[in-house]
Amino acid sequence: MASITLDNLGKIYAGGTRAVGDVNIDIADGEFIVLVGPSGCGKSTLLRMVAGLESISEGEVRIGDRVVNEVEPADRDIAMVFQNYALYPHMSVRENLAYGLKNRRTPKAEIDRRVDEAAEILQIGKFLDRKPKALSGGQRQRVAMGRAIVREPAAFLFDEPLSNLDAKLRVAMRLEIKELQKRLRTTSLYVTHDQLEAMTLADRLVVLNGGRVEQIGTPLEVYRRPASAFVAGFIGSPAMNLLDAGAVPFLPGSAHAGQVGIRPEDLDVTADGPIELQVTAVEELGAQRLVHGHTAGERMTITLPSDAALSDVLRLTPRPGALHLFDRQTGARMD
Amino acid sequence: MIENRPGLNLLAHLTLIFGVCVVALPVWVAFVASTHGATDFMSGTIPMWPGPHLVENYSQMLGAGVSTSGTPPVATMMLNSLIMALAIAIGKIAISILSAFAIVYFRFPLRGLAFWCIFITLMLPVEVRIVPTFQVVADLGLLNSYAGLSIPLIASATATFLFRQVFLTIPDELTEAARIDGAGPMKFFRDILLPLSRSNIAALFVILFIYGWNQYLWPLLVTTSSDYYTIVAGIKRMADAVDGLPQWHLVMATAMLAMIPPVAVVIGMQRLFVKGLVETEK
Repeated sequence: MASITLDNLGKIYAGGTRAVGDVNIDIADGEFIVLVGPSGCGKSTLLRMVAGLESISEGEVRIGDRVVNEVEPADRDIAMVFQNYALYPHMSVRENLAYGLKNRRTPKAEIDRRVDEAAEILQIGKFLDRKPKALSGGQRQRVAMGRAIVREPAAFLFDEPLSNLDAKLRVAMRLEIKELQKRLRTTSLYVTHDQLEAMTLADRLVVLNGGRVEQIGTPLEVYRRPASAFVAGFIGSPAMNLLDAGAVPFLPGSAHAGQVGIRPEDLDVTADGPIELQVTAVEELGAQRLVHGHTAGERMTITLPSDAALSDVLRLTPRPGALHLFDRQTGARMD
Repeated sequence: MIENRPGLNLLAHLTLIFGVCVVALPVWVAFVASTHGATDFMSGTIPMWPGPHLVENYSQMLGAGVSTSGTPPVATMMLNSLIMALAIAIGKIAISILSAFAIVYFRFPLRGLAFWCIFITLMLPVEVRIVPTFQVVADLGLLNSYAGLSIPLIASATATFLFRQVFLTIPDELTEAARIDGAGPMKFFRDILLPLSRSNIAALFVILFIYGWNQYLWPLLVTTSSDYYTIVAGIKRMADAVDGLPQWHLVMATAMLAMIPPVAVVIGMQRLFVKGLVETEK
């Protein structure tokens, strides 16, 4: 167990491309941090720098009080779960779990105890003598997590561990990872491009874009007060409506802003609403419906209860305090 | 092919049967010859069915050899051949897999040069460099020794490319997982790479064993003492009877015996061999 500190961390590849820059994150002991962003935003690079698989060009990584910039991955006291599981195909599940411990000269009895314990936690006891080839995707994922657990490391690093699973299994495993982390209270750093996964798992989210941190905060903070237009558009599903301020001059504050953001659920249908939505399509989700359309040339989506009346034109009123204003040049939040 | 036309099937089978006959007929004739007496093959008609002298011919060859041609008993020559073939196969695999490991997993100065040096050995088989190689081996005093028989043939890392290809199919994450699991380079090599290349090693072993066993020109050159004659070169010496007719029945018996080890290796390792050549997924 330990805290992790990323201090002005940066990565410049040979050739001068900057993949990551100026990253400052303080991860408390036992905290679950999710790095989220679109592909190519540098989130995996960041994780691999913490793991020691990628060299650090600028700044420092500290695990506990120790600067680990030059420390070998094996000596950083971390365990990593990979996207494609990276199980050793020629070893049985038991050998896969035990391999890291064996290399550390852990006594045999201790290895057996920890492997059995991890197998119990993850319910993979009956697969211990099978080869990874004979397991399903979800089971392999469990084994990969088991390999991390048996090490009892200071921190878990997850690199998109669920993206090879089908949608239903992903939701189930997501919950399991969350429960497991709450139970073990091991500091965790988790990388994903799926904003829903990020929201549901994180104690705190780190939203990355173009190698820089856009915002750090709890899921609700990030959802309610996105620090930039990018975060506003990235977090939340369906995505926030980002309208050009010039197209909706009647909304309060739009005179100074570049973009006005309104969450789809923050718009009410009223008889005299200022926004006129030309409906182009409706998606039924069962519990609610998504209504797509445009107003003054801007695309817009709103969510309505599934029994709400529909017509070709809807007049909408934003709820009070639901407007997000973003700067014209920087895209930063204005209040 | 899922096509199912009887005519096509028949044609395919006829072609295959013809192929088998072309390969098998000389082997059959050799076998028949090895079971007849000394004069039967000189009498004008070649017998097509086995004769009565099978046990006699084979036991003579295995035990005593042919005194007139100066070759030792076949058992000795087969042992020599076996040692040479095994040394070549194992030596080549060891060198190739280690050099492939170095080239794929390490960044070292002059890596490009090392790669090209290995590549050049592809263009320099023994036959091309036979005179200088003989000179080197002779100067080192390795004539008439197992080292002289095998080392010059080991010294080429052609199989490096095969192993390089195998290693490139092993996902990077596996390497990284092993690094995090605390496996150093040699431990990674032993615990992960070797087991994962098992079937490729087996396939290569079959090919190289037969390559080594069938060496003819080089053993003929470096062995002058009959203690180090290999079987393939020995057959040639037996057939060269200067003071009489070649004893074809004994030559053929030797040839039949010489075929057994390669055939045994192929049959014994068939499954791994095929797997090693067709398997792509790791």
